[in-house]
Amino acid sequence: MSVNFNVLGLIFASLHDSSLREMTELRTMGSVPFGGRYRLIDFPLSNFVNSGISEVGVITKHNYGSLLDHIGSGRDWDLARKRGGIHILPPYSRTDNREGMYTSRLDALKNVWSYVDHSKAKYVILSNANFVATIDFDPILEQHISTGSDITLVYGTGYYEKEKRTHPAKNTVLEFDNENYFVSAMVDPDFSGECKIWLETMIVSKNVLSNIVSSASSSGIYSFTKSILQTSGHVYKIMGYEHKDVFMRIDSMQSFYKANMALLDADTRNALFPKGRPVFTKVGDNAPVHYGIDAKVKNSLIADGCIIEGTVENSILFRGVRVAKGAVVKNCVLMQGTIVGADSDINAMITDKNVEVQENAVHTCSVQHPLFKGKGGKA
Amino acid sequence: MNTKKRVVAMLLAGGQGSRLYALTKNVAKPAVPYGGKYRLIDFPLSNCTNSGIDTVGVLTQYQPLVLNEYIGNGEPWDLDRMNGGVHVLPPYETQSGASWYEGTANAIYQNIRFIERYDPEYVVVLGGDHIYKMDYSKMIDFHVRNNADCTISVIDVPKAEASRFGIMICNDEGKVTDFVEKPKEPKSTLASMGIYVFSWDKLRKYLIENEKDANAKRKAGQPWSKDFGKDIITSMLRDGQSLFAYEFEGYWKDVGTLDSLWEANMDLINPNVPLDLYDPRWKIYTRSSYTPPQYIGEDAKVENSMVAEGSNVDGEVDFSVLFAGVTVEKGAEVRYSIVMPGTVIKAGAVVEYAIVGEDCVICEGARVGNPPEKSGDRDDWGIAVVGHNVTVSEGKSVAPKEIISDNV
Repeated sequence: MSVNFNVLGLIFASLHDSSLREMTELRTMGSVPFGGRYRLIDFPLSNFVNSGISEVGVITKHNYGSLLDHIGSGRDWDLARKRGGIHILPPYSRTDNREGMYTSRLDALKNVWSYVDHSKAKYVILSNANFVATIDFDPILEQHISTGSDITLVYGTGYYEKEKRTHPAKNTVLEFDNENYFVSAMVDPDFSGECKIWLETMIVSKNVLSNIVSSASSSGIYSFTKSILQTSGHVYKIMGYEHKDVFMRIDSMQSFYKANMALLDADTRNALFPKGRPVFTKVGDNAPVHYGIDAKVKNSLIADGCIIEGTVENSILFRGVRVAKGAVVKNCVLMQGTIVGADSDINAMITDKNVEVQENAVHTCSVQHPLFKGKGGKA
Repeated sequence: MNTKKRVVAMLLAGGQGSRLYALTKNVAKPAVPYGGKYRLIDFPLSNCTNSGIDTVGVLTQYQPLVLNEYIGNGEPWDLDRMNGGVHVLPPYETQSGASWYEGTANAIYQNIRFIERYDPEYVVVLGGDHIYKMDYSKMIDFHVRNNADCTISVIDVPKAEASRFGIMICNDEGKVTDFVEKPKEPKSTLASMGIYVFSWDKLRKYLIENEKDANAKRKAGQPWSKDFGKDIITSMLRDGQSLFAYEFEGYWKDVGTLDSLWEANMDLINPNVPLDLYDPRWKIYTRSSYTPPQYIGEDAKVENSMVAEGSNVDGEVDFSVLFAGVTVEKGAEVRYSIVMPGTVIKAGAVVEYAIVGEDCVICEGARVGNPPEKSGDRDDWGIAVVGHNVTVSEGKSVAPKEIISDNV
């Protein structure tokens, strides 16, 4: 893999934070823990790095302390670079735009435009942290360039349920013609069925993006979906690219839980972690997992640093989780440093970092409505 | 820039490790995998970092490719420094010709200029083939307190084993009065751990002297050597220099042989062995493999074991250490064994009392090793060893004590 200087990657780390309020009280969407050893931002970041893109801007809003801590200099993603590298772009105060607190994609872009403008890249890939997918940008870029597109929208085919559209984070459903030309976009439409769901990922030629941002600024309409896809779709050459592999949208506690549990399926794991395309993350320097004398573990994903002396089934254990003797853990997502006390019994629980489940405690919930316990809490 | 460093560590990593046979065929001993995700050299490097030593020279000679790549810029151990950091020091050519390292003392001698760039007061000399957690700064403090010229770290070993080590004889104040390499009748049980703190001016003087003496002897056709224990320590004692023994208490294991490498791994599973790799205050750092967390399958049974990330276990694992990215298929059994990174144990294969190297394939129904109780001749029993990148074909077996480095 060689370096592609033609592309700038941008990640919106804070869009849709409100859809996972319990977990984003202390962090951004991008730094929400996922899959035993990752944060959601690791997926878009690794997608860029594995596609040779080494200039990446991360657009944040608030609560980005944990994100700064996670990314550091960017060296775990090989993004501590002299040419390009990673830049965290927090909002900053300007007298003309509501103290820099953007509310939408184009608003945020306007805020960081000097950074984007400074880049020599001809193409910008915009990505969100709320989708878990392993995407190779090379063929998408190739299509974008060979077709002379202004915008290439990356979508996946999935089942959309109108009953689940109550989330603050809206789903955008796209329509394309037979030749993959963009036809229309609907936000939280009033039907259910298989359709083309926008992965909130797109390639935009930089000069086009510049036009879009400056006209948004003059019109005051900052919604990309509304002002571009729904009203000015004919002005630009917009095409689709189907991501045929696994994608998972994290837009509620239920979908967060479901996406974690999906990793227990070998096909999903193979799609998200294919050989030769590692998902990079901050190195934790934990020892391997220790299985004690009475450990009983089945169908579970377990990260380094765990010490297991009890029973664990159908669960995701993050780094450094301890399961004491006699404890039974089923259908749980236990984040870093969770301690499960002796002889406790928990089912369908999501624990944030450093939660302590007391000895002999019993928490039996349903997998439809898993119980969430906040950071550092006792249960 | 001020490059002065109070302490420089020199890590002797050139050893061939010939008693590890197939495991060191293509890699230097310090690069041998240990403990699920480590390589032997992680221990001295992490100890340096945790002891506040930020300048380390790693002397390599035998099969350095894997070791060089592994150490890289030293970032995993926090040894990527603007001033200091880790430096790999292979033998090099000068105007008077090229020369291999002719012994441990000569290796340091040839790098006197490296050490002098940092103008240190103390030089710590370390080996690359021991498992232990040690705060070198405490040993340096001890050295300074005693106003010593050289301090040698020692560990009390059982009397029966003392004749396998270099033994220090000390007076009541801990001052070394004599040193005997592998004595038949040991007068003490204080074994040298191969960890030295020298006051640099003294070490420099003795390295230069030893070099001169040894070269003169070689010219005269006499036996010569350029070795730390044999030459430097002995000469310093002869001259009445101040040598102290620093007694270390804790876990320390030499992994020079296949049996001891196997035992050292098994020690990690034994709750009574005082080697805690989970202590956040003294982490052992290693180069990470960026693999997903391990998956333990529906039919798996994993007990009393250590398993590293990226592994996929659907078989039975008991009293074993599995490294990163190991696959144990459904119906496969692994007991009392060490399985190194990337190896696949296929359905129905049995691995018992064995060390299996990196990226091997143990095919369906194959058997590697056998428990001692099932072996007829107990004296002839031992750990079975499969070298790196070896395939053991369907139904084939590797007998106890057998060491293979080619496909069977």
